[in-house]
Amino acid sequence: MKNLLIALLFAPLICWAEEGGYRLDHAPIDPNDQVSLQAGARTFVNYCMGCHSANFMRYNRLTDLGLTEQEIKDNLIFTGEKVGETMKIAMTPKEGKAWFGVAPPDLSVEARARGADWLYTYLRSFYRDPKTTTGWNNLVFPNVGMPHVLWTLQGEKGLKVVKTPEEGGHERVEFELTEISKGAQNTVEYDTTVRDLVNFLVYMGEPAATSRERIGIVVLFVLLILFALTYVLKKEYWKDVK
Amino acid sequence: MASRLMSLWQWVDSRMPTLGQEYRKHLTEYYAPKNFNFWYFFGSLALLVLVMQIVSGIFLTMNYKPDAALAFGSVEYIMRDVPGGWIIRYIHSTGASAFFIVVYLHMFRALLYGSHRQPRELVWIFGVLIYLCLMAEAFMGYLLPWGQMSYWGAQVIVNLFGTIPFVGPDVALWIRGDYVISDATLNRFFAFHVIAVPLVLLGLVVFHLLALHDVGSNNPDGIEIKKKKDANGKPLDGIPFHPYYTVKDIVGAVVFLAIFAVVMFFIPNMGGYFLEANNFIPANSLQTPAHIAPLWYFTPFYSMLRAVPPLFNSQFPGVLVMGLAVLILFALPWLDRSPVKSIRYRGPIYKGALAIFIASFAVLAYLGTVPTNIWGQFGDWLGGVERATIIARIGTILYFAFFLLMPWYSRIDKTKPVPERVTK
Repeated sequence: MKNLLIALLFAPLICWAEEGGYRLDHAPIDPNDQVSLQAGARTFVNYCMGCHSANFMRYNRLTDLGLTEQEIKDNLIFTGEKVGETMKIAMTPKEGKAWFGVAPPDLSVEARARGADWLYTYLRSFYRDPKTTTGWNNLVFPNVGMPHVLWTLQGEKGLKVVKTPEEGGHERVEFELTEISKGAQNTVEYDTTVRDLVNFLVYMGEPAATSRERIGIVVLFVLLILFALTYVLKKEYWKDVK
Repeated sequence: MASRLMSLWQWVDSRMPTLGQEYRKHLTEYYAPKNFNFWYFFGSLALLVLVMQIVSGIFLTMNYKPDAALAFGSVEYIMRDVPGGWIIRYIHSTGASAFFIVVYLHMFRALLYGSHRQPRELVWIFGVLIYLCLMAEAFMGYLLPWGQMSYWGAQVIVNLFGTIPFVGPDVALWIRGDYVISDATLNRFFAFHVIAVPLVLLGLVVFHLLALHDVGSNNPDGIEIKKKKDANGKPLDGIPFHPYYTVKDIVGAVVFLAIFAVVMFFIPNMGGYFLEANNFIPANSLQTPAHIAPLWYFTPFYSMLRAVPPLFNSQFPGVLVMGLAVLILFALPWLDRSPVKSIRYRGPIYKGALAIFIASFAVLAYLGTVPTNIWGQFGDWLGGVERATIIARIGTILYFAFFLLMPWYSRIDKTKPVPERVTK
């Protein structure tokens, strides 16, 4: 117990090192791009939902993306669920743990936990690694339990470690992904696919985000008028304070 | 219409004269100094945030489920499926941080103008009690979303009580109601956060205001306006709180709400300071997050905790220092021995001491949000200790020095003559 406490108190100190310093790419997402969001939703239900649920997200909320309920039913629901239900999956966390070593997390708010840049870089950083059980590894998330689900799109990459000697006997180590086989998409197309998917994940993390900003502008405008009125009122009252 | 209302009021007044008496005593005939400046907005703003937190909190409880299996999902249900739920939730989450910002500025005002000094010691003591309540309220409220930071933050803080010699482990067990943070803990924290602590808080706020209205408000000159009264017994430099300060405070409230709205509608996470990214991962008792940091308003004290080296393999000294850092505030009215109250008439020593105090508080606050290896280590000549830890130790010493050396430096400080009447 005492050791646990000490470990907890100093957890920040001990554990910081494990967050590898892999530089993240900027995710060029746009929450107002409905075409991109729809494409991302399609990738999500086709590829991610094999293992990942989005238990807090309702299918009919996707009307936010400019889709009708009928379109959602026809194109995005494969399991016969009703359009008002949440995006659940058949695989239980227990099964997931048995199959992958760790239960695939629910992705409803994953973008809020990880950030868009992390997701964007992570999904583009898988490489072949015979040492892992899945045969895949990742630069952003070393020894991740998840295999490269989008590999038919991106193709296979291998890892090349480039070491350049520097002054004082140090070495600068850089990682490079090299092509092993081509996928159905070229690099630009694949980056766009991932961009759309991340865009969708960010939307799903907070579906109210775009209306939040719209309402915010109205609120600020009302407060500005209120400020003018209350300020004049204050001046009027304070005239007689010498 | 007006006469109807008037006769209704007379009907009430003749049956319950207290209502009118109290209204006059606390508003229309409460004379506040006419020279309040910017720093005097934060009292009424704290009251405003309190009301906002209570009202938004009531609406949150309508859909929140204090159950370890359901809590995380119910918060997301509020964010998505409850109409306007995200507004309520963001008001409450932004309000928590806003409360501390406002209260810290309110306390800083006291340090500037000596508002804690005789005869307002009780006002100050009730204020520090409010601050303690607020910390309890924030800590227990933060467990409720049941994210990773909620869970592990609570684990760390409850374990602090576990370091108390002899009784510690039993106290920690008693607080949690279990051997780890669990459903039992969530349920009791919900009860405390929603009912027990707010009741105490409201009572203390009433006492804070009653005590203030008995002695009268201080002002930026730190002089007593009650000493100069006109023929009717009204302070010459006083103006009725209502309508003068009500209309002025409304302007302040609108400006505050505008800043609040910018945060709430455009940057509700505030870069991870108001809502932490890791708290969007559901609580998992088997997976300790890489970096556990409390929310920003606790970080100065968290820094002190980390800075104090363990003694006999126990973290208790750090916990003790952290506790004393808050409790020492109670002694402040008696530590200050300066003949003047306001910083306007104090000498350079107090001004310097206050500046150093604020700087060390800010540095400690920053260091509490980051890992201790943030600034690397000193060379071997200093045993390779982490720079940030040494800085935090210096910050901790300066924090306490401000209080403990005050009886000495506030007395020898050269002061300026204080005016008879308030100045602009």
